[in-house]
Amino acid sequence: MNRFAELLDRLSFEPSRNNKLRLMTDYFHTTPDPERGYALAALTGALGFQHAKPGLIRALISERVDPVLFAMSYDYVGDLSETVALLWPEPVQASATAGHNRPPLALSEVVTTLATSGKLDLPRILARWLDALDEMGRWALLKLITGSLRVGVSARLAKTAVGDIGGKEPNEIEEVWHGLAPPYIDLFAWVEGREARPEATDPAPFRPPMLAHPIEEPDLAALNPEDFSAEWKWDGIRMQVVAGHDANGKRVLRLFSRTGEENTHAFPDLAEALASLPARDFAVDGELLILREGRVQPFSVLQQRLNRKTVSAKHIADFPAHVRAYDLLSLNGEDLRSLAFCERRKRLEAFVAESNEPRLDLSPIVRFKTWDELAAARADPASGGAEADAAAVEGIMLKRVDSVYVPGRPKGPWYKWKRDPFNVDAVMMYAQRGHGKRSSFYSDYTFGVWRDGEGGEELVPIGKAYSGITDEELAQLDRYVRNHTINRFGPVREVEYNSDKGLVLEIAFEGINWSSRHKSGIALRFPRINRIRWDKPPKDADRIEVLEGLLKERESA
Amino acid sequence: MRGSDLLKTTPAGLYCAAGDFHIDPLRPVPRALITHGHSDHARAGHGHVLATRETLAIMAVRCGPEFAGATQAVSYGERIGIDGLNVSFHPAGHVLGSAQICVEAKGVRVVISGDYKRARDPTCAPFELVPCDVFISEATFGLPVFRHPDAAHEIARLIDSCRLFPERAHLVGAYSLGKAQRIMALLREAGWRRPIYIHGTIEKLTRLYEHEGVDLGEIVRVTGPERATLGGEIIICPPSALQELWSRRFPEPVPAFASGWMRVRARARQRGVELPLVISDHADWDELCETILATGCSELWVTHGEEDALVHWASTQGLAARPLHLIGYGEEEVEPCEPASPADDADRALV
Repeated sequence: MNRFAELLDRLSFEPSRNNKLRLMTDYFHTTPDPERGYALAALTGALGFQHAKPGLIRALISERVDPVLFAMSYDYVGDLSETVALLWPEPVQASATAGHNRPPLALSEVVTTLATSGKLDLPRILARWLDALDEMGRWALLKLITGSLRVGVSARLAKTAVGDIGGKEPNEIEEVWHGLAPPYIDLFAWVEGREARPEATDPAPFRPPMLAHPIEEPDLAALNPEDFSAEWKWDGIRMQVVAGHDANGKRVLRLFSRTGEENTHAFPDLAEALASLPARDFAVDGELLILREGRVQPFSVLQQRLNRKTVSAKHIADFPAHVRAYDLLSLNGEDLRSLAFCERRKRLEAFVAESNEPRLDLSPIVRFKTWDELAAARADPASGGAEADAAAVEGIMLKRVDSVYVPGRPKGPWYKWKRDPFNVDAVMMYAQRGHGKRSSFYSDYTFGVWRDGEGGEELVPIGKAYSGITDEELAQLDRYVRNHTINRFGPVREVEYNSDKGLVLEIAFEGINWSSRHKSGIALRFPRINRIRWDKPPKDADRIEVLEGLLKERESA
Repeated sequence: MRGSDLLKTTPAGLYCAAGDFHIDPLRPVPRALITHGHSDHARAGHGHVLATRETLAIMAVRCGPEFAGATQAVSYGERIGIDGLNVSFHPAGHVLGSAQICVEAKGVRVVISGDYKRARDPTCAPFELVPCDVFISEATFGLPVFRHPDAAHEIARLIDSCRLFPERAHLVGAYSLGKAQRIMALLREAGWRRPIYIHGTIEKLTRLYEHEGVDLGEIVRVTGPERATLGGEIIICPPSALQELWSRRFPEPVPAFASGWMRVRARARQRGVELPLVISDHADWDELCETILATGCSELWVTHGEEDALVHWASTQGLAARPLHLIGYGEEEVEPCEPASPADDADRALV
């Protein structure tokens, strides 16, 4: 556990991808089986045990620390595992008692114990482990058992590191990955050249997706419009649909997220429809959308389906899931990824037509001759061809017609050209400490705009923003909040705001919807801080009518 | 008489009406008592300053010899009468010359601790416990997540890293008064015999420490061209220099930062620190709690930092505790970063 904890700790501070790789490669190289295999499983999210619930960890710490002090500490640190690791009292006689002669806790012991022990035993086991570890060990253990390592390592990077110990490409690891299980003794034996390649047996494997780089209008001048094909960028969720047959000839269909997490069970309606397609096996890259009467619904509607833990029949009927396909990666045993985009597109069109399934349709091509034409379509998707679906368009995807499908984010073949965001000047009203990277700073801000209230002009909150600012600006805002607090509601601070005193934030956002859940009656999509307007008096901030006008304008379009 | 009759908060900071003086005032006042030389406590422009000899020397180095109209040096433990009050200064263990100020009148004793720590520090006099009725404490690390490990353990990690990466320069961000010199002394205690390199802004105060009899071994100011040759060496610089172009001229620098904040991972990551060293000149949570109880005080006032948690804890111990919400302290540890907001300047007082 110590070496694994040390690895996680160093990874968490190491910003460079190459140095992260070096740290992992060195670890895999010098750590014996099965410890390194379980570490690889932890880094790739492949450990099968039920993750401990935050509630369990809270219960353990509440038996040991004053609840008010715990709440303040958690608010400050912003990460439950780390808070508990820091607060956990050192056992009084650690060396004098039974623990003295015990060998240090091994990662494999943690993993195997968790896989076999019952829920009721967990608190006792966990407390014993936490007593035996130092702060770094406690932190790593809690990260591991809650299933959120967050050390800036993707599954792919970890696999790349494994490949590096024996000169194997990450895609070679990926090809055999789905047939393997922790602690990956056979994988390491193959990579180190001691044994043959393990059999790839997965009938419906995930293929790492190809991603696009953002592009801005001035960059287009350097590109030739004839080299590119354009599609709408749909405001849904990237999804890969993979189908095949297992060894018994039974149909296997899987829905994967962009990161390779399987979420088939969240969409039984969609999975059932797609499993019955005539093709023997296929892999489609597309967008998960909610369609009602053939119209794509805005993201806020999709979100209502995503937020459910269990899906009821009524929910499925109210939020019918669809896939809008934009690429075909394999078909009937043939890997199409090495074909040019235009060739894959032809195959995709034929595949969708042959499938004849209402839950699966084609992402249409946006026709254009010049960048100006495309810019016009992007500015007004409704007249540009998206028609009634325009509200679900968040920009344009550009793909080189000759681009082969490569995993990752290669520079050059694919671009995303997002719609320009909207802006509004709002006034900071409340602030709260953030989590993760920005924990311990007041980094979550609730902001409002003016409206006519019963007692005259008043600010009504319209949203919350967490991002968009530099670390330096964050420090300034944190200081501003601490020096201008007029009220405290638990972790929330109310800052000074009236027509003369207060801080104006220029908020950028991607979209806007009516909302019955917000006091203001509207909800912003992806709000973030564009600029801090130290110079602007709060009375000059925007009014709610500006936002309502924007909404009405979009509705009439 | 109660503590609140003796001292109150004003826009300029803590004020004693009976003696007509401020303690660590935030703006120029006629008469100031200064606990220690950090710039958030020791500001220039007061009419008369009473402080330890070392603190006066530090202020002269930082602000120039004309930093106050008149000055008066006081020794630790010396009793000074001011308008019927008894005032004395006692070691706070924070930095060279740092003091707690004890104000006594009609049987009521208030101790203003300034910034303090209980951990050993070879560069300054150790904290002296002064029993009192009202204890005024900082709370920079007033949360139970802040438990500073043994500083020697952190120094050992720094030295290990130099052995592991002999080709990389180790840049240690440390506040230029106190922390920088403490790191130097701790490195010497750990057997580091090589020269210790410093950024130019740390030199004057380091020479002052040496002049005051603190042995720091060979200290070399880094000059331009030699930077590229300092792989495997330790260079101490102000924390802000870690992000500056200055630091990029070193071979593959390892950015380290010596501060109590490094206990929280996100804080280290936010600053791009790769080798966080948890070394602090402030009391950690356990030291705060122990010290408060040991003074035997019945009342606790908290000046700045994470005051909510400390006030809560004190009330569970049966103490009358309140936060003073003094704004303007703590900047020695929190990087200076003034917002360009006119509203902000006008409000730099008390809320």
